[in-house]
Formats: sequence, structure tokens, C-alpha cells
Amino acid sequence: MLLQRMVMPNRMNSSREIANSVPQTLFEKIWQRHAILTRADGQTLLYVDSHFLQDGSAPAFELLRQRGLKPRVPHRAFATPDHYVPTNSRDLAAIADPEKRAMAEALRDDSAAAGIAFFGLDDARQGIVHVVAPEQGLSQPGMLIVCGDSHTSTHGALGALAFGIGATEVAHVLATQTLWQRKPKTLRVLLAGMHRSGVSAKDIILTIIARIGASGATGHAVEYAGPALASLSMEARLTICNMTIEAGGRAGMVAPDATTFAYLKGRPFAPQGAAWDRAVARWRDLASDPGAAFDREVMLDVGEIAPMVTWGNSPEDALAITARVPDPATAPSAERREAMLRAIRYMGLEPGQALTDLKIDRAFIGSCTNGRIEDLESAAAVARGRKVAPGVEAWVVPGSTPVKREAEARGLDTVFKEAGFQWREAGCSMCLGTNGDVVAAGQRCASSTNRNFVGRQGVGSRTHLMSPAMVAAAAISGRLTDVRDLLTDR
Amino acid sequence: MEPFTSLRAVALPIAQPNFDTDQILPARFLQKPRALDFGEFLFRDLRYRADGSENPDFVLNQPAYKPARIVIGEANFGCGSSREHAVWALHDYGIRAVIAPGMGDIFMSNAAKNGLLTIVLPAAAVTRMIEATLAAPGLEIAVDLEAQTVAMPGSGDGLQHRFEIDSYRKKCLLGGLDELDYTLTQLEGIEAFERGYTG
Ligand code: SF4
Repeated sequence: MLLQRMVMPNRMNSSREIANSVPQTLFEKIWQRHAILTRADGQTLLYVDSHFLQDGSAPAFELLRQRGLKPRVPHRAFATPDHYVPTNSRDLAAIADPEKRAMAEALRDDSAAAGIAFFGLDDARQGIVHVVAPEQGLSQPGMLIVCGDSHTSTHGALGALAFGIGATEVAHVLATQTLWQRKPKTLRVLLAGMHRSGVSAKDIILTIIARIGASGATGHAVEYAGPALASLSMEARLTICNMTIEAGGRAGMVAPDATTFAYLKGRPFAPQGAAWDRAVARWRDLASDPGAAFDREVMLDVGEIAPMVTWGNSPEDALAITARVPDPATAPSAERREAMLRAIRYMGLEPGQALTDLKIDRAFIGSCTNGRIEDLESAAAVARGRKVAPGVEAWVVPGSTPVKREAEARGLDTVFKEAGFQWREAGCSMCLGTNGDVVAAGQRCASSTNRNFVGRQGVGSRTHLMSPAMVAAAAISGRLTDVRDLLTDR
Repeated sequence: MEPFTSLRAVALPIAQPNFDTDQILPARFLQKPRALDFGEFLFRDLRYRADGSENPDFVLNQPAYKPARIVIGEANFGCGSSREHAVWALHDYGIRAVIAPGMGDIFMSNAAKNGLLTIVLPAAAVTRMIEATLAAPGLEIAVDLEAQTVAMPGSGDGLQHRFEIDSYRKKCLLGGLDELDYTLTQLEGIEAFERGYTG
């Protein structure tokens, strides 16, 4: 199913077709166009086109103040609060914890002081930064994008080079509009075949992570390509690039194509009129050249993928829903056996138990991975005319306020509410629980988010990652469920 | 930034692969002001039980490991969230170096900004170090940044491992230098780039 091979480092063979120039990858083209200078130790100073900020940015602004510095190019920064915002109110005053409220307020005040565009809770554009930026047309092909959040890899779906950074680096970008980076290696993931009904982008990326491992792409910029990728929607591509960080990838990318252009056209911050035509002409040249060499290549037939769920505490612990909890006795090494035992204990599982026997307490649809309109549509298709199982608390938290409005215009809120789901305001919510939306200790949650780490959704929480349609199926049946069973009885 | 030259200190083995930054610093402390001692929050949910009492099973609660200033981790240490607070928690507790067969890219970058040395060594060497420190809690590791070597002087294995590090990162750590100060000396070059930039 999956082939992994080292690509020949000698580029001369493949470059013969193109006279005078070495074929370049999408990544290399963007890297080169943003390189200001390269230090003797190999680190390159890169120019940042767009810097996205969320309500965890207070420490970075504080670092700037300590040095008496101000944001140097404020019009290249965009801010929206997501991690600390309430999802049952649109009022910052509703945040009971004064320190958390201060985080959300700091973003508003720091943005205002610096002249940075800010989409606050009273702004119809607010939402999770990784949902908002593509939606507003702020993430564009060829851009170099950073944000103080690891899921910045999301924006690569539009043909950008986008990656997460830490607080000191956020301050560095604010102060200089640049960032030092060592050039990562390149990995191409080629997707072939036709995915089966009930299988989504989430299942594809969980399969990739399970195969290459949670550090399988560390130090690499990953480009997703191949016929199966080309047929995926922009929202599906965003989901795949988003979770690239769960395989350790520095960035996830997709070459811009007709799907990208159709998605971007007319969005508020996208070029308009003649500028649009010029931009598209430029963007067409970004795709990796034929024969461009990647350091590694991985191939996957998406036709063999089934709906996936995670059982353990790393996103690499993903299996088809038809599988059973693995038996640590079969682990390939003592370390792996230890890790499996620890996860099985924490998650409250029995080796050999059918995954479909796992009863859930909570269901969560949302996050920067799966909080977009297509995600809500796919979940609503399962929930329509059905009821959430007794004893299950099920939530839908749209990824942005525009997603919420669009879903309401399509009547999806009614579908969810009639089924017994809570329909809430946009934000990160139970993905991380920093706003107080948490899963209680010992509770099992079917979740469309990206991390199943110990305590991720609250101390003692037990997270199973899956697609939004699979979460809806679990909410309806009260246990992990193969969504295909619910799609076929329609 | 605190300079790093050499260090001989007790090593704390974290014998878990994929030890993510949520484990190093749980998300519910992310809004805490930097002025606080983040060492208090280090490994919080592993160190303490739900009722607030110490978890005696966690390595750091065994007296021999408490003075640790070096962490030895397994594959993919520091993966996950980009929170620099994870590095602050290690730093504030007194940890100056992390040794592992591989670490998250963003974690390594954050570490470099805070004077925390990250050392990547072959998995077999790290496994031996973890086993040695588990067998003899309180065992010390010696790190020499100038020479780029790691050794376990007290273990009797006599082995010394050489590690790689970017020359600039090394210079910054040795001198306690700050990258932003250096970049600010390059502003002319940045401005020249901007003038010719059409993107
Ligand atoms: S939705 Fe979750 S992963 Fe995404 S930015 Fe928010 S907290 Fe991070």
C-alpha cells in the first residue's frame, strides 16, 4: 500500500529535459524568492509576507516592549482571537478567568496600538486563525506565512510555505518582518487511486501519519501531489496540510491549481480585476517542475483507506474503524510495548477489544482541522433525522463566524439542534480546552480535532481522533462507529 | 540569554517516545505571566495527582533526580504544540540541556532562543544513557559545548559522544547572544530586499 524510497540526490539525470535550469520544487521556488541572505552556518534570513496572530501572542508583544521595539510592518500582520474565546457568548467579559480574559484583551489592545488588522469577537470575520485566513483570501499561493501556532502548516494547502513558530520568533518577525530558518528537506507524498465513500481527507492524513509515524516528516517540507490529491477540494487539502505537523512536518503544501484559484477568486483579500489575472499567471509557475528532485517520496493508494480512528495518545496510533485495540504483546520493541501499555491504560482500553465497542461520553465537531463548511455538511449528512444517543453530550463548534453563518443559511444548525447537538460560537473550544470547554477526567470523546495527547482536551480526557462524519456517527450510536453503516441505511 | 559552556549534572530520564509539549507544560498554564516561575508547571500532570499530591511514580519525584539539569528523552521529544512555555518550564526548573534521538523542529528552535541546548544523538546511545540513569538514579552527564561532546563520567562505560550543532547557534549559546540583536544589525539588507520585492 505504501512505498517509501530515497530519491536519487543526483539531479542531473532528471534535469536534462529542461535546458539550463535545475528543476525546482514548489518549496524551493518559494524559499528562494524569500531568501534575503544566508549565513555561513547555513541559516537563511527569510522575508515574511503574512504574519497571523491569535490570542496567545501576548508574550511576544511583551518581548517587543521590553526591548523598546514596535511591529515594523504592521500591514503584513492579521489578528483574530480563538484560543480563549467563549463559545456560548460573544462577549470577552464572559471569560471568567481574569488571566485568560487578559490574553484575549491583550491581542485586541496590542493590535490596535500597532495598527494591525484585528477581527474581534464583534467582527463577522472572527474565528480560528487557520480557518479565517484562507477564508478571507489572506493565505495565497507563493506566500511565506508564519504564525505562533504549530498548525500554521494548514495554509500550505493554497500553495504557500507556511509554518508555526514560537513566541521569541513571533517577536522577531514583528520586529523585523523576517525569520532565520535552516532549509528543511523535501518529502513528496503522492496520492493515487479513488477514495471510497465514507472516507475523507481526515482518514487520508491519519493513514499517512500512521504509516510514516509522528516524526516521519520531521525536518521536512511536505508536498502532497498525485491524481487523488488533484481531485480533492480546497477544504480537504486544508485538513491534510493542517495535520502535517502531527507527522512532524515543518510545512505541508499543495501546488496551486484550478481548485485553488476557484476557491480564492473573489475573497476579500484576494487580488481583484487585472491584478487577479496577473496573480494567477504568476501562481501557475509555482508548481514543482517536472523532474524536480525530492529528498524522499512516499506513495499511498487512497482507494485502500477505510474510515480511521485513533486509539492511543499519539496521532500515529490510528487504525481503521474495523480494527481492534492492538495487543502490546505483539509490539516490535520493548519501548513500543511500554508506550502501548501506557496508552491502553490511560485510554481505558483492553487489548483485542473491537474499536466499535468503545462507548463515548462526548462528541466534538470543530477545530482548525475540521471546522469548515464541508466538514459540517458531512457531519450533518449523518446526523440528519437522527438523535444523539442518550448519555452523550455532543457539540458543534464552527471554525469561524462566517462558517457558522453559512451553515445557518444552509439549515445545518437546525439539523444538528434537532439531533440533540449543541450549536455554539466559533473558536478553538474543546480542541485544547484553554477557554474552559473541556472533557472531564475519564470521559471518552470522539473528536474531529488533531491531537489525542494525554490531557489534551482536559486533565484525564480520552480523545479519539476521527473525521467529522465519524464523530457524528459516534454521537448517534453512542460508541465508535463505522460511518459507512449509517450512510448505507439511507 | 544565559551563556552555556559546559555542564556536569544529574540527568533525568524521560523514557517515553513522542513526549509532546502538552506533557512538558499543560495548556491550562499558557496564560500565566512569564514573570512566574514556570518550573512549577513543568510536567505538572505527571508530577502531581488530581488531588494535588506528588505522584511518587514519576521520575522527577524520586529524590535522586530532583537536582537534574539535563533531560534525556526518547524519539520525537517535544513534538506537538509550538508553545515556548514548554522551554520556559524546563529552563525555569533549571534544565540546561535536552538529549534525545530526535526532537520536534519548533521545540528545538524555541530551546535555542532560551539558552537550552538540544543534543541529538543516535538512538542506541540515548537508550544506553536512559538505561544507565534508570539503573543508577542521580547519575551525572557531562556536556561540553565547545568540544561538542557528551559523556557519562560516573557510569564506567568510558564512552564519549560527539554531537553536531549549527556554528551560529553554538556561538549564541556560548556567548549568551541574542539572535534579534544580530538581525537588527542587518536592517539595511532587509530594506534593500523590500525595495526590490514584488511579492
Ligand atoms: S483549533 Fe486546536 S489545533 Fe487549531 S489552532 Fe485552535 S487549539 Fe490549535
